[in-house]
Amino acid sequence: MQTPAAFEYERATSVDGAIASLQRLGPEARIIAGGHSLLPMMKLRLANPAHLIDINDLEELSYIRVDGDEIRIGALTRHVELLKSELLAENLPVFRDAETVIADPVVRNRGTIGGSLCQADAAEDLSAVCSAVKARAVIRGAGGERVVGMDDFHVGPFQTAVGDGELLTEVRIPLRPGAGSAHEKVERRAGDWAIAAASAAVWLDGGTIADAGIALSAVGLTTIHLTRAEELLRGKAPSDDLFAQAGAIASEDCSPTADGRGPVDYKRHLAGVLTARALTRATARAQEARS
Amino acid sequence: MATLENLPSAGTERPIGFGRLKRKEDARFIRGKGTYLDDIRLPGMVHGAILRSPYAHARIVSIDTSRALAHPNVAAVVTAKDLETLGLAWMPTISYDTQAVLAGDKVRFQGQEVAFVIATDEYSANDALQLIDVEYEPLPAIVNARKALDPDAPLIRDDKVGQRDNLASPTWEAGEREATDRAFAEADTVVTRDIIYPRCHPAPLETCGIIADFDPETGQLDIYNGNQAPHAHRTVYAHVAGLAEHMIRIRCSDIGGGFGNKVPVYPGYVCAIAGSIVAGVPVKWVENRSENLMSTGFARDYVMHAEMCAKDGKITGLRVDVIADHGAFDSTAQPTKFPAGFFHIVCGSYDLEAAHVQVKAVYTNKAPGGVAYRCSFRITEAVYLVERMVDALALELKADPIELRMRSFIGPEQFPYETTTGWTYDSGNYAETMRVAMEIAGYEELRREQAEKRARGELMGIGVSFFTEGVGAGPRKHMDILGLAMNDGADLRVHPSGKAVVSISAQTQGQGHETTFAQIVAEELGIPPEDVEVRHGDTDRSPYGLGTYGSRSTPVSGAAVAVVSRKVRDKARLIAATMLETRPEDLAWEKGRWYVKGDPEKGAMIEEIAARAYSGEQMPEGMEGGLDAQVIYDPPNLTYPYGAYIAVVDIDPDTAHVTVRRFIAVDDCGVRINPMIVDGQIHGGLAEGIGIALMEVITFDEEGNCLNSSFMDYLIPTALECPDYELGETVTPCPHHPLGAKGVGESPNVGSPPAIVNAVIDALHETHGVDHIDMPCTPARVWAAMQGRPEPPQ
Amino acid sequence: MNVTISINGEKVTRDVEPRQLLVHFIRDTPGLTGTHWGCDTSNCGACVVQMDGEPVKSCTILAVMCEGHEIRTVESLEVDGRLDPVQLGFHETHALQCGFCTPGMLMTARALLDENPDPTDQEIRTAISGAICRCTGYKNIVAAVRWAADYEAAAKQEV
Repeated sequence: MQTPAAFEYERATSVDGAIASLQRLGPEARIIAGGHSLLPMMKLRLANPAHLIDINDLEELSYIRVDGDEIRIGALTRHVELLKSELLAENLPVFRDAETVIADPVVRNRGTIGGSLCQADAAEDLSAVCSAVKARAVIRGAGGERVVGMDDFHVGPFQTAVGDGELLTEVRIPLRPGAGSAHEKVERRAGDWAIAAASAAVWLDGGTIADAGIALSAVGLTTIHLTRAEELLRGKAPSDDLFAQAGAIASEDCSPTADGRGPVDYKRHLAGVLTARALTRATARAQEARS
Repeated sequence: MATLENLPSAGTERPIGFGRLKRKEDARFIRGKGTYLDDIRLPGMVHGAILRSPYAHARIVSIDTSRALAHPNVAAVVTAKDLETLGLAWMPTISYDTQAVLAGDKVRFQGQEVAFVIATDEYSANDALQLIDVEYEPLPAIVNARKALDPDAPLIRDDKVGQRDNLASPTWEAGEREATDRAFAEADTVVTRDIIYPRCHPAPLETCGIIADFDPETGQLDIYNGNQAPHAHRTVYAHVAGLAEHMIRIRCSDIGGGFGNKVPVYPGYVCAIAGSIVAGVPVKWVENRSENLMSTGFARDYVMHAEMCAKDGKITGLRVDVIADHGAFDSTAQPTKFPAGFFHIVCGSYDLEAAHVQVKAVYTNKAPGGVAYRCSFRITEAVYLVERMVDALALELKADPIELRMRSFIGPEQFPYETTTGWTYDSGNYAETMRVAMEIAGYEELRREQAEKRARGELMGIGVSFFTEGVGAGPRKHMDILGLAMNDGADLRVHPSGKAVVSISAQTQGQGHETTFAQIVAEELGIPPEDVEVRHGDTDRSPYGLGTYGSRSTPVSGAAVAVVSRKVRDKARLIAATMLETRPEDLAWEKGRWYVKGDPEKGAMIEEIAARAYSGEQMPEGMEGGLDAQVIYDPPNLTYPYGAYIAVVDIDPDTAHVTVRRFIAVDDCGVRINPMIVDGQIHGGLAEGIGIALMEVITFDEEGNCLNSSFMDYLIPTALECPDYELGETVTPCPHHPLGAKGVGESPNVGSPPAIVNAVIDALHETHGVDHIDMPCTPARVWAAMQGRPEPPQ
Repeated sequence: MNVTISINGEKVTRDVEPRQLLVHFIRDTPGLTGTHWGCDTSNCGACVVQMDGEPVKSCTILAVMCEGHEIRTVESLEVDGRLDPVQLGFHETHALQCGFCTPGMLMTARALLDENPDPTDQEIRTAISGAICRCTGYKNIVAAVRWAADYEAAAKQEV
């Protein structure tokens, strides 16, 4: 088996302790949580950090709860918990949709939402989910906390707003009435990265779409936030035709690259199809929730 | 409390002989007590690791090993220069070519072996690889077999004297060219297709590895290896390394899957042996998964052009022209007289007037190999071709694909049937098998469902394939590998207590030999299977044979065991006659016992006969004591299992994602020794066929970078991609096999990919005009076909 | 660094580098080579063990991360000479051929039945979708887990 290069290891005993270690050790130090993005890269010698700071003991970062008019998820919450959460299934079913198709059940026992978001692989599903539901990321550093929207969180491929000496601690999602959400993904095989995926959230007010959130995985250098499609939807009554138009915008506004999963034209096509499907299911759920 | 012995069981049968017998070997595997190669640790053992080329084609300018040698845990770094002094820098291949053990002048494929590090432990060995500095001068690479013979193509094998181009093996022909031309001239319908069988990989779950342990004091070389042909390897090592063959012992560990991947001699093996000879300690080398996918024996990679003709609704002729991509070294394994393996069985299950086949092999800057992955020596390629062409013809004739096959089948009265390309099929009743498949599938109902779905815009496909393959190589007058006859031995010893040990040449990699071969002895002699120990895998303790691949275990080793058991039974008859004071011809046999005809109470059980054979009592005139026998079995012919497969697929009209909803497989492999094991073999092969048809492929970019060198990109089906297979059987015994058995291991890989591809096309032909698509049928490729732009794989 | 891991209820202490993977720590422990490995990218599932009762890929966990956790390997399934129902089921339905994926499949199946004693075939297939088998085509593995579930349900009723 391929094996990682040598490194120093410590276990964090508190969030502030982890942050202090990051500061002390500098950019050659990486946080390890589930490790299912980092360790494979280290085995292939694509990442060679000199220090690993293990935050798996920080149980205080593992939770899914309602706080006022938000759902707050701790960064160390495992994929399996997101999948099982009835709270999320009721309010934000897009999470269960996505988790059903993220990696495989065994990997989901270890991987975390924080790890997935911070890995910032454009093909990663939760990034699109969080963008669609208008989530915000809580980043803590030595100087305190800051809260950042998903557009600002995703800086570029494998790059986030979390700076040296900082830690993502929480994801906050607003709870607003009339919500419905869904995630659609096409993959070559179960457990594979998406060829393309679409997350959609709608908030209905009477018979119209008051607000929408639509984001795409795997069809750009980073998560694609479809602001133009959201604008199209706002204030309109849902219809197949409207969603098809949103799909057309999705095809245009994404920027896929050709690779083993597919060529550019197919990925653009998928972006459109999956956007329309996600919107259709999200809307149906929103309508069901109201009735 | 339930234990393995007394648990409530679906069937309480414990057959003595053929039947559904649960496996003896399970006992260790379900406890995690198998001994696979990497489980073995020897005192003083060190670890090897291989530095591999990042380039597909490049000159080696320099290799600096000094930094690696300075690593405290590194014992040695071996390069081609060091091997040259031992005469081991190059080794012969099974195809009479040569292959570099470590690259000296040039590297010829990405992943080729460049240096071998020996260190105290695996982690240090991997670290040391980073410390070897190699300077390369990249050269243009050829990865497209069609371009390999272009006049401006770079010369890959400039190491071979007289080699002026990238032709690995000149055009080989089979069949009758003129008769075929006539058939085409007289035909009323001709279809043409360019069909590719892409490169894929057997990827057994356990990678390849070896422990070489040379004792400088005795000169004994002990090898532990997961190896499908241990005796052949021993002979090769003796030849290659100049060692005395009787001082080499190969012991096969439990093997975590072979599928043809563990047939070749790999450079890593030779490096480990050389390392142990020089260092005098055991050297272990186990490859990682990237190495396995990038450098070990791949499968297929056939570029085929075919024409098929018909007259009056019946298939009459076939013409095939193949470019075979063998990679950078020709290391395919097949009988010497058949450089394209058994591809010329491409005439298939049909009563053709004529067929003509030509195959030429080329070198490319890719890993060497080609014959692997349950291919029956290229029969997977042949059956894929013919079954795709039959469907192409059905489209042209607007005929039902099953009806066209039924009209064109070889009839049961025509067996033994001599094909136009030189095969003699032993037995078959094809129409019956096809009918059983149709019934299990509910074929008429499926066609109705398809029509209804099509009206609603849903895409559903039904694909058929019918295959005849040839296994059990093979008769010594036709078949040898490296001059070694493809015969197998069996050695049976019945002990005084009536327990038995049978030693065989075959080598299991999961096929259940420890159970099925005991069942053969049980069937022939009446000794219960739990009292028969099957020995194999130790070249010191098993008879010489050519190993397990090409589904040859049952047809060859199985026959050997039947014959040797009968020899023991015949000997037992003579002893029994003496015991019962009668003549041998007055005795009759019932399983486990010789008894006096007309006086059945008077008899001798095999256990009693065994005790007598070793006792001091009188033996028959001229007979030595003991109850042992030995045999080498020379099969008179191959055996020809066949089957009818039906795949049902659903395709998402918008995303083009293909799901295999149902798979019906009706196999006729003659007599079944253990139906449970036969079914298991079929299940596994069907999953592999689904993988090949939908997702498994090894591709390269223009620079020769391998794009599928990990399980993230070489995708293997999980339980979610595989349906609940529906199996059926017909039994048409093999007339020349002692048990009437034919063998089945590769049939599912042979038959399933064309059924699935035919189903995909069937789903898309009417609505989207698709009449061909190459594998793998990934969503992207299916979508392109639906847009009218089917692209061949890279 | 020194690390102590509880494996199958016994504490194993060893001095290891932080980079040593759990799968290697386990396999270096005498008698525990039942946990296998088959890839470099956390895909194949041959290395699956249980950590605190949940199936995990031991090739993607550092040994040092496991101090304070309970690791359970295939060798723990047989107790006092009695095989676990999942082991019995695999034998009964011919759910193994080469046996290389079997330990990972067994630990996954055991965890599934501990959480969901009556899984559907689809739930079984999903649970084992993180592990690859090249030999069996999965059909008999699904049957084995089903068999074990039925066996345990029957055993419960008898009590």
